Amino acid sequence: MENEVTIRIGGESGEGTISGGDILALAAARWGYHVYTFRTFPAEILGGPCMFQVRISDKPVKSMGDFADVLICLNKEAFDRNVSDLRRHGGVLIYDPSDFTPDAGDFITYPIPFNDLARKEVQLFQTKNMVMLGAISGLFGPPVEAIAQVVESKLSKSRKSNPILMEKNMLALEVAKKYVTEQLTKRDPHRLGAVEKADRVILNGNQAVVAGALASHVGFFAGYPITPASDIMEGLAKELPQVGGTFLQAEDEIAAITSVLGASFGGARSMTATSGPGFSLMSEALGFASMAEIPAVIVDAQRAGPSTGMPTKMEQSDLSFALSMSHGDTPRMVVAPANVADCYSLMVLAFNMAERYQMPVIFLTDQSLTARVESVDHSAFRPLEIEERIKFGQNGVNGHASAASNGHALSEEEHVFARYAYTASGVSPTTTPGAGAMTYVATGLEHDIYGHPNYEPEDHTAMMEKRFRKLATAAEELPKPQRYGDEDATIGIIGWGSTEGAIQEAVDSARAKGYRVASLHPKILSPLPDRAIREFIRSVQTVIIPECNYSGQLANLLGAKYGLQAIRVNKFGGIPFTAGEILRAIEEVS
Amino acid sequence: MSQVMTLTPKDYKSEVKPTWCPGCGDFGVLNAIYNSMAGMKLAPDQTVVVSGIGCSSRLPHFVQTFGFHSLHGRALPVAQGLKMARPDLTVVAVGGDGDLFSIGAGHLIHAALRNIDITVVAMDNETYGLTKGQTSPTSPTGHTTKSTPYGLLASQFNPIATALSLNVSFVARGFSSKPKELAALVEQGIKHKGFSFIHVLSPCPTFYNTMDVWKTTVTPIPADHDTRNRFKAMELSMETEKPFVGLFYQEERQTMDAAAHQLAQQTKPFDINTYMKRFT
Repeated sequence: MENEVTIRIGGESGEGTISGGDILALAAARWGYHVYTFRTFPAEILGGPCMFQVRISDKPVKSMGDFADVLICLNKEAFDRNVSDLRRHGGVLIYDPSDFTPDAGDFITYPIPFNDLARKEVQLFQTKNMVMLGAISGLFGPPVEAIAQVVESKLSKSRKSNPILMEKNMLALEVAKKYVTEQLTKRDPHRLGAVEKADRVILNGNQAVVAGALASHVGFFAGYPITPASDIMEGLAKELPQVGGTFLQAEDEIAAITSVLGASFGGARSMTATSGPGFSLMSEALGFASMAEIPAVIVDAQRAGPSTGMPTKMEQSDLSFALSMSHGDTPRMVVAPANVADCYSLMVLAFNMAERYQMPVIFLTDQSLTARVESVDHSAFRPLEIEERIKFGQNGVNGHASAASNGHALSEEEHVFARYAYTASGVSPTTTPGAGAMTYVATGLEHDIYGHPNYEPEDHTAMMEKRFRKLATAAEELPKPQRYGDEDATIGIIGWGSTEGAIQEAVDSARAKGYRVASLHPKILSPLPDRAIREFIRSVQTVIIPECNYSGQLANLLGAKYGLQAIRVNKFGGIPFTAGEILRAIEEVS
Repeated sequence: MSQVMTLTPKDYKSEVKPTWCPGCGDFGVLNAIYNSMAGMKLAPDQTVVVSGIGCSSRLPHFVQTFGFHSLHGRALPVAQGLKMARPDLTVVAVGGDGDLFSIGAGHLIHAALRNIDITVVAMDNETYGLTKGQTSPTSPTGHTTKSTPYGLLASQFNPIATALSLNVSFVARGFSSKPKELAALVEQGIKHKGFSFIHVLSPCPTFYNTMDVWKTTVTPIPADHDTRNRFKAMELSMETEKPFVGLFYQEERQTMDAAAHQLAQQTKPFDINTYMKRFT
């Protein structure tokens, strides 16, 4: 296709497969294209098969693509592992004949001696991935100059940088381009022509989470290294001091979340980021935050579970846990971004929710979203409004001791203030140390309005209702999900998290084929947007719920809550949905 | 800012009445804390007493400052997070032997390494009081309880030796029946810039009454002890029959909270447009 191609590179971890792919994606994006990447990682540091796929298009792309149009195999194993994802009839297969000769089947094959070109022509074997990029450039685009610019900017920041290496890289690009132009006859239709440049940014989900946290004026981060969330910790370790914040690498996830609660009690907008095993360890403290009404944002970059599971693989299997973790009846909020732009804007929303409702907010990303690079309109990363927690004495919203804020000395009764005063919204004005003479004790024990331990039935009942009232208030106030697709759809798809793009592309394809389809993608999963979901369910005849998990966690939730009998489409191999898989589900129910 | 002038120990007393049994050592510790706070004229709204779970961890409720009665074992991370975010505050963590040396023992190592400027008052009664008398890490070997009906088969934890081995920058021991000396140690600990660890012998009259034993065995650290000598301090810590009370060791060194805030001094207001340029 003109100006659209999906290229997959398969190789061995450590031989430049991923870095080569990164360079290709960045070069294409800077050249004016939309990009969307998908990659797999081995869990081990050195060795093991890995692959990088980038979908490049002059039109916006929402998913990784159903098939690779081009597959570059840097070894025989890469061919064996990836060939099933190469488009039948006309897919392009590129390999080095010194490695292996594939059984070509229905594909267009381009044998290219990557190893020889790097070893003999460039005389530096490490440039093999540059040879590969030169070949891609010569066959499909983008131009060698666009790639060279990215290589140059990357190398200039690298410690390995030296003039000879740079020269060799450039030579590798040219040698390969020359080889494919002179030695091969192009038989495929894929060509990336010049397009208009646009103001876009190119980043992955974890990077957008860090940007969102900084834009939220995060003041404290504590975390413990864990795949695939560590980038967030590393990003904030670097950035926080520059904006006046502080950072702590904790000794474990329990220390991470509890020090976050300590910092938040002190008034800092505070967060942690983790994945499954660490998230499990945070259960008890999440309950404390809910009970003592302390704001906190907890990012859970979901990975395939249970237990240690598959640390570098994608799954959407923490939803049930996020909604119910910690003992007792524990109100919490859950936000699930769908794409890289959401990782920014919903992160800001998550912080605002935590502060506004004085509640822990769980931010559910997943491994594929953490690592996938998208080109996003720059305007999606604009400054957003920051909300602070309601302070005692502010805007006339007081508990009992309203005189305390007026500057005169406090009587003995006044200086204990009603930290947990009953209010219509459930949100009680609070304070932080040093903000005035009023003090209180945060406790995980049931307490009265003053924060004093209290086990009376009336008190526990009223406090429980107050805490849950905040969720009802939030359900009214928070943004509602928007329907996508046909107004008169007969088939409805409800999804959550990073599958939105694939679902929307499937809806588009199905509509083009004449099906009447719509989708709804709630991004706030606690409190659920009841009305929007009920209306959507009522408006269609059949609901499909695609989820990357075994048990159908959203389907279970909507079944329990609305009596919905949905058609479940579950994928749980560790790899996200393609649009084609969802389209097939639509076709099957029609 | 409205400010309550709190100068006497009574002003640090909250309206919540202690839940402890009569004769509990923790009353003495609480009084020492009131006295040390009054002695330093700590502003109640700029002071936070943090605790975990246990009899002694109820203490924040009885003090008229800010308080954070957290989870079992987690007083230290809460206190450290708070101090990192708010180095202007005085942060005191309190707890018992179960809280600090069993479920929360792991945090002690890292608090010591970071040397964040908080003060820990560890009230040790060598038993689990709140859950009615099971064995604790500081119970002596052979100790018979409902959870060790055949006698405790493990060794006894040595809090002072542990703190010294971790190079805690302020290590002291007090006794709840000597509240004046204890108040002085708490005050010294709060004034010390760094992680201060104060081990307090604080008997449980209900489940394991060590009051009479400690009253006869507790021994002041010799006046000529050099508190900069960690090896000598370690030697003193090994004396378990006649537990020494007083200041074992003190060293001034960099605190993580101060260092982190030093790093954060060149602060620019965050601007998303500038930040995003790196992704173009």
